[in-house]
Amino acid sequence: MSALDTLLTAEPRVAAAGADLLIDSLGAQAVPVERVEWRPPLPGTENSLATVVADPRRAEANRQALDRMLASTSELVDVRPARDALGLQPGELLHAGPPLTWDRASGPMRGALIGAMIFEGLADSPDSAEAKLAAGAGITLTPCHERGAVGPMAGVVSPSMWMFELRDEANDGTSWCSLNEGLGKVLRYGAYSDDVIERLRWMSAVLGPLLQAAVRRRGRIDIKAIVAQMVQMGDEGHNRNRAGTLMLLRELLPDLIECGAPSSQVAEVTRFVSGNDHFFLNLVMPTGKLQTAAGAGIAGSTVVTTMARNGTDFGIQVSGTGDEWFTAPADTPDGLFLGSFGPDDANPDIGDSAVCETMGIGGFAMAAAPAIVRFVGGSVPLALHTSRLMYEITLAENPAYAYPILDFRGAPTGIDVTLVARTGVLPQINTGMAGKVAGTGQVGAGLVKPPAACFTAALDALAARTPGPAADSPSPPKSVV
Amino acid sequence: MTRDLSVRPGVYHDSVALMQVSRSVADEPGVNAALVAMATPLNVDLAAGMGFTAPDGAGPNDLMIAIDAADDDALARARAIVEAALAGRRAQATQAHQSDAGPQPRTLGSAVERSDATVAFVATPGPHAFVDAMDALLSDVPVVVFSDNVSVADEVRLKQAAQRRGLLVMGPDCGTAVISGVGFGFANVVRPGPVGIVAASGTGAQQLMSLLDASGAGISHCLGVGGRDMSDEVGALSTLTALDMLAADPATEVIVVVGKPPGRRAAEQVHEHAATLTTPVLFAMLGPGQPDLTAAARSAVETLGMPWQEPRSWAAPDDAAPTTPPAADVAPRYVRGLFSGGTLCDEAMAVVAAELGPVYSNIPLRPEWSLGTDLQPMSAAGVEHHVMVDFGDDALTLGRPHPMIDGSLRAHRMLAEALDPTCGVLLLDVVLGHGAHPDPAAELARVIAECRTIASRRGRELPVVVSLIGTAGDPQDLDRQAEALNGAGASVHLSNAAAAREAVRHVVAPSSGLPPTPTARPTTPPTTRPTPTYRSDG
Repeated sequence: MSALDTLLTAEPRVAAAGADLLIDSLGAQAVPVERVEWRPPLPGTENSLATVVADPRRAEANRQALDRMLASTSELVDVRPARDALGLQPGELLHAGPPLTWDRASGPMRGALIGAMIFEGLADSPDSAEAKLAAGAGITLTPCHERGAVGPMAGVVSPSMWMFELRDEANDGTSWCSLNEGLGKVLRYGAYSDDVIERLRWMSAVLGPLLQAAVRRRGRIDIKAIVAQMVQMGDEGHNRNRAGTLMLLRELLPDLIECGAPSSQVAEVTRFVSGNDHFFLNLVMPTGKLQTAAGAGIAGSTVVTTMARNGTDFGIQVSGTGDEWFTAPADTPDGLFLGSFGPDDANPDIGDSAVCETMGIGGFAMAAAPAIVRFVGGSVPLALHTSRLMYEITLAENPAYAYPILDFRGAPTGIDVTLVARTGVLPQINTGMAGKVAGTGQVGAGLVKPPAACFTAALDALAARTPGPAADSPSPPKSVV
Repeated sequence: MTRDLSVRPGVYHDSVALMQVSRSVADEPGVNAALVAMATPLNVDLAAGMGFTAPDGAGPNDLMIAIDAADDDALARARAIVEAALAGRRAQATQAHQSDAGPQPRTLGSAVERSDATVAFVATPGPHAFVDAMDALLSDVPVVVFSDNVSVADEVRLKQAAQRRGLLVMGPDCGTAVISGVGFGFANVVRPGPVGIVAASGTGAQQLMSLLDASGAGISHCLGVGGRDMSDEVGALSTLTALDMLAADPATEVIVVVGKPPGRRAAEQVHEHAATLTTPVLFAMLGPGQPDLTAAARSAVETLGMPWQEPRSWAAPDDAAPTTPPAADVAPRYVRGLFSGGTLCDEAMAVVAAELGPVYSNIPLRPEWSLGTDLQPMSAAGVEHHVMVDFGDDALTLGRPHPMIDGSLRAHRMLAEALDPTCGVLLLDVVLGHGAHPDPAAELARVIAECRTIASRRGRELPVVVSLIGTAGDPQDLDRQAEALNGAGASVHLSNAAAAREAVRHVVAPSSGLPPTPTARPTTPPTTRPTPTYRSDG
């Protein structure tokens, strides 16, 4: 009863929500009042919110999810082809976002799949690739997330593509991500021209093997430590990965030089990596996947474990509902365009890279990356406001990723479906924009939010899985099988 | 005539704030009617009542602006007023955004964490209050839930959760709480003293506190528990906790439990528990055979060994010695009580029913005395009855401010009663204190005067009796309020029970055998106070 004992003996300090007039009158009595900027919850969520918020399992389940997420580590342990790393068979293609069929695939997703077919030798022209993908015989499309992998933009992975392999020893997790091709006309933005395919071949022939040799020679590289440093060096880990890329190169270079490869190839690899400020994104993303996967599958937990887009749909997954996807049509980002491209050229939101925001960086770390805000069409005050606002929909702060500008506050971590529904505040995502016509490539970068419907659907599913009031007694959380 | 209805999706302001905007628009010359409100089903109905077509697809998260004006100019002015008022509120919000502290908290949990609060206050719309209150409990702070329209089942869930976590839920529908001198919701400014109150009734507690203040006793704390706490469904979960807290509180020497008639099992439990406490516990549970609130205040004062003085009153200016009592040949007349406080209404009904028989109400003492949904006696019962309406009842506050803030519904009914020849006396309550209207008498006095004029044009004398609940310390200035109401022709009583008895006096014909002698008029002013200006009785 200690909270109650002090209630009658100490001067009250009040947290208040609701009618301003009544709260004003508390203030008029010279009482310290912290006022909530209250809004009605997302329409139609009242009943599910009441059920889920009152679920006695929730607090402990979320605590457990967050403990695991914050404890998660991330080390680069190997680089190898997807056929070895993930056991991908010929004709098996992975893609970004929630499940998708060819007929619903957007332009850039189709372009990337076409490119992968050509790259794998499954088709000799874009037309034949398209025909085979449409027919579907011998082809399977699977979300990266379902295989523990993540892919930026279209996120297409085929058996011959080389993958970073990362381990979370604290939670015994493994995740994979392809090697980043650079900016502009690249497969992940839906381009499949000869130069794109040629680059992919070089990446499999030279880049992958050299990175493998260097990593194996050097031993594990602590990627989490690099992420922690990059967010203090002006990177937010999604649209700006410049410091991260350089730090990775610093770790790899001696062993790259000594791995026995011809110096011309070492130079090519070094030039390629240092010339691509986004190279490290493909290591941030699996680090995020390791962290969020660690919190997945805990019954009663309302923590978002996946946010991903396939160019058609935005999908989320939530800890308490396991691997069930909650999808809604993806929005189109709002931002700045390259060259003569404009809003009409942009495809709806695409890519698994929203794993950055799911882990608490990217758009959530905009305050830490003032240099990025103009690139995505924002301003520094907006960046500060956005990062601070994200704490209102997250359950924890990650001390591993601390933001100096926010007085070293930890990254806002663990998006809570109930907080999103209650506040109507949606996660802020920084993202690249793909051209909507297959083969175009990147057209810009900007800001986007998930559709609210993903969160309301997830909330309803959580409510449906909440035991009735009869079971309203403390019970230990159980893992979802 | 020009009419305009527009909807702004996703724009939210609280109902009290919007009521103020509506009011300022409606006051603009040339504006016949205005409704600026969230598009809740109730407000959509109101708009329909004003002749506006209900907007398609508008919901509780959308702002609805309905204006009925004399001409285009008035409409444009009205719109400008709405814009200015809303922009002012937005500017405040933006200022908060851009402060160094960053965005304001969006949930109570966040606010508690940021401020290390010791107590949470929830005054959000009823359908959302459960989640906000639960959030406070999960943040490990006790919570005052002012919101009404929370289901009993949700109330029980909140209180069970509080019990598990060693916390207290004050409410839902907790109109009043005073914690260490700080008033939550509608609360009077009461001198500190030795009486601790456990209140299952907001206005009942306010009456008790006001009388204790006037008597010089004062209070330690008033812990509201919500009107249903002592029902058998809820099982007095908060009352039992509050009793323990006050029993352990060194500032509390006597405890008064105030509320409506409790459930049998819950009452037994509370009485049994009270008997185990060393601090004396008095009960003021309204109901047949129970003492009224004034008597309960007197018991508390006398238990402390302090002298009791009868509460003050102000006789009606034209209430010249013995009012012309209704002659036997005049049609029978009835009491019409129009209340903002549920417990005040209850208490008045008990007084009137004991003297005069059935009193019809939306919160009836007996189910067979229920009013219809139109707040009139149902046709089978006929129209000639004593009627009392509690405008603070859940059903009448859905989507609109409490009548202690917005008296417009009651004013409307008062004018209707003035036209009704069977209305023999209007009995009203006015509640002062934090949270209440800043100057209720200013508005009500106008309506009272108008009612009396209407009645007198029809050859009727319409006595008006006001029960004024407040303290000398209240921001509205008790004496000024009393004088304004009195000046409009009402008799004013600081004791609600005395006011009810005064109302009875006005409708009792001498032939009934009951002499029209009021019990509490006039009274001796307390010696510790400046003498109020009394109107002469003769």
